[in-house]
Amino acid sequence: MIDEETGATIPTAPERAISDEIAISVQELDVTYRTTFEKRPTLKQAIVRLGRGKRSVKTVEALKNVSFDVNRGSVLGIVGHNGAGKSTLMRAIAGIVPPTQGRIEVVGRTSTLLSLGVGFNRALTGRENVILGGLAAGLTKDELEDRYERIAEFAGLGDFIDMPMNTYSSGMGARLAFSVAVHLDPDILLIDEALSTGDAVFKEKATARMQELVDNSSTMLLISHALRTIINMSTECIWLDHGKLMMRGNPEEVVDAYTEFVHVKKTSATMNDM
Amino acid sequence: MNPPTPAETRPVQVFLPHRAGLPRLAPYFRNLWNRRHFAVELSRASMRSAHTNTFFGQFWLVIGPALNAAVYFLLVNVIRGGNAGPNFFMHLLAGLFAFNFIQAVMTNGATSVTKGGNLVLNTAFPLLLLPFSALRTAFFRFVPSLIILFAFFIYFDYFGSHAQHCVAATGVCEELNTIHFSPVMFMAIPAMLLIFVFAAGLSALMASVQIYFRDTTQILPYATRIWLYLSPVLYYADQMKPWMLKFEMFNPLYPLLGIWSESLVEGKMPPLTWWIASAAWAFGSLLVGVLFFMSREREFAVRI
Repeated sequence: MIDEETGATIPTAPERAISDEIAISVQELDVTYRTTFEKRPTLKQAIVRLGRGKRSVKTVEALKNVSFDVNRGSVLGIVGHNGAGKSTLMRAIAGIVPPTQGRIEVVGRTSTLLSLGVGFNRALTGRENVILGGLAAGLTKDELEDRYERIAEFAGLGDFIDMPMNTYSSGMGARLAFSVAVHLDPDILLIDEALSTGDAVFKEKATARMQELVDNSSTMLLISHALRTIINMSTECIWLDHGKLMMRGNPEEVVDAYTEFVHVKKTSATMNDM
Repeated sequence: MNPPTPAETRPVQVFLPHRAGLPRLAPYFRNLWNRRHFAVELSRASMRSAHTNTFFGQFWLVIGPALNAAVYFLLVNVIRGGNAGPNFFMHLLAGLFAFNFIQAVMTNGATSVTKGGNLVLNTAFPLLLLPFSALRTAFFRFVPSLIILFAFFIYFDYFGSHAQHCVAATGVCEELNTIHFSPVMFMAIPAMLLIFVFAAGLSALMASVQIYFRDTTQILPYATRIWLYLSPVLYYADQMKPWMLKFEMFNPLYPLLGIWSESLVEGKMPPLTWWIASAAWAFGSLLVGVLFFMSREREFAVRI
């Protein structure tokens, strides 16, 4: 069976393990990808290497045997060191990176707010980026027209919305990206370090909007190095270390275990930004 | 705010392992079709940012190819000498403009995915939209060059029908000038369609190659220039060396530009073998380019 809108395969009833309460089910997920050492692989380098027979491909085991379920309406915080596989996990759930092993089931429309934001083409204006981001995410032109004003107003960029995005500060870009993501009315919102560059006023507004989405039984996955945000916002937390799921449970407890593991004291600095 | 989707209508998406294999074709193409507006908007936006929608931007799209044609005319007709008439000049223009279109599709298509950067990293959508958007942009930049072509057409058609106005009293000029509007010209439309389909495949192919070899765009100008010189654009097919003619059908541009130029300029119905070869090259290119791209696209997000 194939889903009409997304083109994803819908399992037939017997093999469908997912219950009505569960929004995301990740089962024994491995993500391994091969990447090159060079930032920009070139034919020239490939030819040069040919003579020396040096392999340029590196295998990255980003996630190893990760399993968990997320209930609808809950907020799952994800903590872990840089390169622990947090972003890869989100990309896998969003369907951007395919699993190498295992299975992911997602119920509902996801909206991704991954660390790099919506502004993919900085030569284009904020408005054009919003429209293009929305169209790529599967919205129709009419749906976007309905939402555009709300998105622009929420981002609060004023006249900057019609200027090329290379005139934006990093905070402004982040605000626009956040605004787009939360206005796509997602069933599942994936947020990766999105709030770190917004100013205080916007952070407050953003937090309120996220709460509103959760109250409307949207599900949220939240990556943040600001451990305070994780404790305040999540209902549950997982901790990833080198691609392995170390712990899952109450946010406070998981953050405690994580901070103890990496030998940092829970100072105000680590709690707000780590 | 709108309430979230009711539970029973929520789509269930299941992601299972598949690396180099093809995704399921029917849902993929349905998804591609549903999001076609993205490709259109992206193409429009990039044309806007390149100022192609302003008067001088449009003007340049016409002047650019005209200057290009002038350079080659100088080279081939004036410097090399010879007595090529208007037919040859029109053959040169038509071929060169079509070639430039294919070249632009290859260059823009090559960078389409790598330039998509953050969008490719953060959104799950059929990436084939990116090279197709580049194809649309290149096509809309090609259309104004047809204005130049038709301006010359009208000029030659008018003077062709008043042979006494022709400069050469020898009658050579009159004999060479067979530029006339004829119904066969409409066969240039299916010819252009086949060129378009051929270019679509190349666009997807170049986009995938660029992911693995980022210097593709640096190599392309040399490769395409050699391709141009090997193809009957700056000369007639019957001027080709015999050994080259043996391989004519291995060069996709031979039949493709052949049917285009023959029907448009000469007003002659191109031979059936050319049409068959053109269609084979066009759909072969589309099939290979699109399938190769699709089999690789799930890997692009980690390679960008």
